[in-house]
Amino acid sequence: MKDVIIIGAGVAGCAAAREISRYNADILVLEKEEDVCCGTSKANSAIVHAGFDAAAGSLMAELNVQGSRMMPALAKELDFAYDPCGSLVVCLSDADRPALQKLYENGVANGVEGLRIIERDELLAMEPNISDEAVAALWAPTGGIVCPFGLTFAFAENAAKNGAQFQFDTCVTGLEKIDGGWRVHTDKGDLDARSVVNAAGVHADELHNMVSDDTMTIIPRRGDYFLLDHSAGGHVKHTVFQLPGKYGKGVLVTPTVHGNLLVGPTATDIDDKENTATTAAELDEVRQKSGLAVKNIPLRQTITSFSGLRAHEVHHEFIIRESAPAFVDCAGIESPGLSASPAIGQKVAGIVADILHLEKDPAFDGTRKGILDPKTLPLAERAELVRRQPAYGQILCRCESVTEGEILDAIRRTPGARSLDGVKRRTRAGMGRCQSGFCSPRVMEILARELGKPIESITKSGGASRIIVGIDKDSL
Amino acid sequence: MKNADLVILGGGPAGLAAALAARQAGVQDILILERDAELGGILNQCIHNGFGLHTFKEELTGPEYAARFADKVKAQGIPYKLNTMVMDLSADKVVTAMNRTDGLFQVQAKAVVLAMGCRERPRGALNIPGTRPAGIFTAGTAQRLVNMEGYLPGRRVVILGSGDIGLIMARRMTLEGAKVLCVAELMPYSGGLKRNIVQCLNDFDIPLKLSHTVVDIEGKERVTGVTIAEVKNGKPVPGTEEHFACDTLLLSCGLLPENELSRTAGVALSPITGGPQVDESLQTSIPGVFAAGNVLHVHDLVDYVSEEASAAGTSAAAYILHGAAAAGRALPVVAQNGVRYTVPVTVHPQAAETLTLRMRVDNVYKGKALAVYAGETCLWRRKRPVMAPGEMETVVLKADALAKIPADAANLTVTLEEV
Repeated sequence: MKDVIIIGAGVAGCAAAREISRYNADILVLEKEEDVCCGTSKANSAIVHAGFDAAAGSLMAELNVQGSRMMPALAKELDFAYDPCGSLVVCLSDADRPALQKLYENGVANGVEGLRIIERDELLAMEPNISDEAVAALWAPTGGIVCPFGLTFAFAENAAKNGAQFQFDTCVTGLEKIDGGWRVHTDKGDLDARSVVNAAGVHADELHNMVSDDTMTIIPRRGDYFLLDHSAGGHVKHTVFQLPGKYGKGVLVTPTVHGNLLVGPTATDIDDKENTATTAAELDEVRQKSGLAVKNIPLRQTITSFSGLRAHEVHHEFIIRESAPAFVDCAGIESPGLSASPAIGQKVAGIVADILHLEKDPAFDGTRKGILDPKTLPLAERAELVRRQPAYGQILCRCESVTEGEILDAIRRTPGARSLDGVKRRTRAGMGRCQSGFCSPRVMEILARELGKPIESITKSGGASRIIVGIDKDSL
Repeated sequence: MKNADLVILGGGPAGLAAALAARQAGVQDILILERDAELGGILNQCIHNGFGLHTFKEELTGPEYAARFADKVKAQGIPYKLNTMVMDLSADKVVTAMNRTDGLFQVQAKAVVLAMGCRERPRGALNIPGTRPAGIFTAGTAQRLVNMEGYLPGRRVVILGSGDIGLIMARRMTLEGAKVLCVAELMPYSGGLKRNIVQCLNDFDIPLKLSHTVVDIEGKERVTGVTIAEVKNGKPVPGTEEHFACDTLLLSCGLLPENELSRTAGVALSPITGGPQVDESLQTSIPGVFAAGNVLHVHDLVDYVSEEASAAGTSAAAYILHGAAAAGRALPVVAQNGVRYTVPVTVHPQAAETLTLRMRVDNVYKGKALAVYAGETCLWRRKRPVMAPGEMETVVLKADALAKIPADAANLTVTLEEV
């Protein structure tokens, strides 16, 4: 019997796994997809919110501010891409100033440091492409941006380093209370654990409702985004939100940690928890709203559009508590869930440790090295690296300059990449302007070789997402 | 740091022709840097025939055409490095490159020929709504999988875009046992060559739906279907949607010259072609840096790539051996009235014996004349029964035409006019 089964390998589940791995505990993370970071965690705004938005006094506000404070040190400890670029909430009309003031006061009440309302001149100096309508803004210097994949992989790999196990392609179908814990029914058989953590994202309500009469409802709230090429990355220097008001509710415009520009999202409540299809109407909506706070966004330089689902709990609050004996919910983790994830992990771990009376593991190692990006090395060091390991001399992804060395590292890690998307999210191979046209055949070859599988079985993202369906003329 | 007289970025048809021409003009110290595993570039995956009709007066396959040039390069002992990625080109012509065996290295060049080719516009840049499953390929990626690796990327195929690679792949996929359901083209005309529409679509009864586009992609893991609809005034027309159950969507929606290296070096680029702005010697805004082939503007036939790249190689040789020429007065070349762009964008009439202008038109034109003016003076004029965006037009101004350029001409204009 495991000590803990965590259901869901998104950022919340992986953060929980990492924090529980500080204790002497036998941890298993179950994930229905083929990899870490396949749901909400992979498709969001990639922002570390300062914490002025969530309602004062809420758990969401508390964990957001706490998570945001933890992020700089954690980024060093776990070696993921994070940039404290600061954020701006732009006010487009004098009529909306009371709302801006209210937001400022809410932020102060939440304990957000450094908040200041700035006037147009200062705003224009910070963001030359700001809208002509902008009159003022709330400046939050502690806001930032993060690689959502990098953060999730960092938690997962560090958890694995400290003994946590991961089992993918495994879907939980039922929960049964047994003596001393829970029997977790899955499509791959039954698993027993002394405790269960429900970090199932948009599906968390289904698991919760299996064990509790106090029902929970999670609504998948879809948002469409545009991702623009590096050439557009400098269009804004901070995360720019628009204060909802006279001109309606806008979308955010932000640089990413990898130098792209991200624009979106929409917010459409849907029924299907697996429907991440973009729609023409929502993409149009992003186009129209994107110009509200920031002008001249070069949307022609879009390299991809995508959509993600937020796990919207109907009361808009994080639900982190023991909802049934030894069953811990980690649910309703919508925005600012990514920002709050370090604190969410700690809170879940605290609850689980109390339930199971866990002891701290003195051998816990909280550090993790990310995949080495040779581009960050000085020329001489990079040359030396290639001399020692020639795979770092072979560029496979031209657009993002990703070498074979990085791809091998991504596949050989635990948990490692097993698909094109797994490689892409870990290394950025295929993430660039050609969107994997050139590198995908090469990456498929390497995956097949490293995993010891025929190339026909290599997938884009697990399951039935095979890239090739046969060999030439096999049906003739 | 190593030195070389001429460094050529790219070992495809443009790079190879440039190298041969430069060697013929007397440059010994040449280095070709190629990112792929063999010389020849994208021709190696173009196993259909139809190459070389102009250059060799016979029909070759892509690999055969490439081999004619690659064999000469090898026979002449022109050095080349394969599997080598150029990481950076500086304004003073220092090339930083990397491969497994040499590691990271730098070469100071006297002259550089940009011959990096182009890439395909991917699904993301087209903003097609829907899911993002496996089974969506650019036509060129599918071509590589089918022709070089021997793998079938799908069995029931819809193709968006009627560029030449898309048309060629409609035929190829059919021959390999897949069913190509239709080719949808956003524009009211095809972006490909007429001969490819006949030989690759008509001969196989594959419908070409002009003024149509993909409005939805379905399938969670692998494509299960796409919806196409008629387009009017740039918008899908409600009620015209047609669903196709398929496992594959191929995209042939335009080629983009690959000028990331040019841009960081500071080479001035054309907003229309996406390629460098060059003069008649194919020199870019940086003296000693020349460009040719699809990195400069997307060509329809490889024969013209070779021809253009030979000229670039000859120009680079002249620059290396004789220094920057005193070219005299520079005249801008203005494309107008249906002519979308020209290469070159500036000319030095005194410096050239003949001037070759290459261009594309912005729509299908029937019974118009293509004409070149210097001020009010007509230098050249020919009737063209049909001109289409899919086919490149070439104008060669000979000595007699150049002699007509008035001393006070402000520019050359290339225009379409009524006959």
